[in-house]
Amino acid sequence: MAVRVQTEDFDVGAESRSLQADAVGAIALFVGTVRGLSSDNGVTAMTLEHYPGMTESELERIETEARERWPLEDVTIIHRVGRLEAGDQIVLVGAASAHRQAAFDAAQFIMDFLKTDAPFWKAEERGDETSWVDARESDDVARKRWTS
Amino acid sequence: MTSTTPATSSLSVRYFAWMREHTGTAMETVTLPENVTCVGDLVPHLTAISQGHALALKNMQAVRVAVNRSYGDLDTPVAAGDEVAFFPPVTGG
Repeated sequence: MAVRVQTEDFDVGAESRSLQADAVGAIALFVGTVRGLSSDNGVTAMTLEHYPGMTESELERIETEARERWPLEDVTIIHRVGRLEAGDQIVLVGAASAHRQAAFDAAQFIMDFLKTDAPFWKAEERGDETSWVDARESDDVARKRWTS
Repeated sequence: MTSTTPATSSLSVRYFAWMREHTGTAMETVTLPENVTCVGDLVPHLTAISQGHALALKNMQAVRVAVNRSYGDLDTPVAAGDEVAFFPPVTGG
């Protein structure tokens, strides 16, 4: 069980190595990053707010559900908070299993539920303007496919 | 505002993201009004606090609710000592 909410950056290589174990034959890692200025939305930076206490318990609940669905050896969920700039890493989900399908599926499941259930909010900066990001319907759709 | 010694008949209310900006507070202690047994009963008492509260809680369809750090809804029971949170749909990841 490894859930971390932190302001500091994380080292993907170190997190991958920490998921390695004798029974592990597959490690799926997802890393979410801040899109830069040249992408669709002109965002220069963002600030992530969360609900301390509830965030961790929601992430642990999601991890527990993933472990009930797939034979996972280990799971890591790291989410950063505070101010992040274009190119910064935001989130890491790592799932380790004996075989790849469980690792791939579990990592995707965890991200889909994190997106809709973990209490984080992004405020985006465009030059001098700051605005709260609206939730996306496509995230709800992505979550629903696991429950139908 | 948060009192240093909350009465036994009070509860904590927290707001996040744009709801925090509208209400002007991240957390406040509210005396539990009589006849309030669920989140939905509490909302009219909160919207009466200020115009910003009324704005934040104007459209409860757009608001998510947690009681004691677990998701709930307008029918979730509340009692003295509880922590009730209101926030917009989440946007992490």
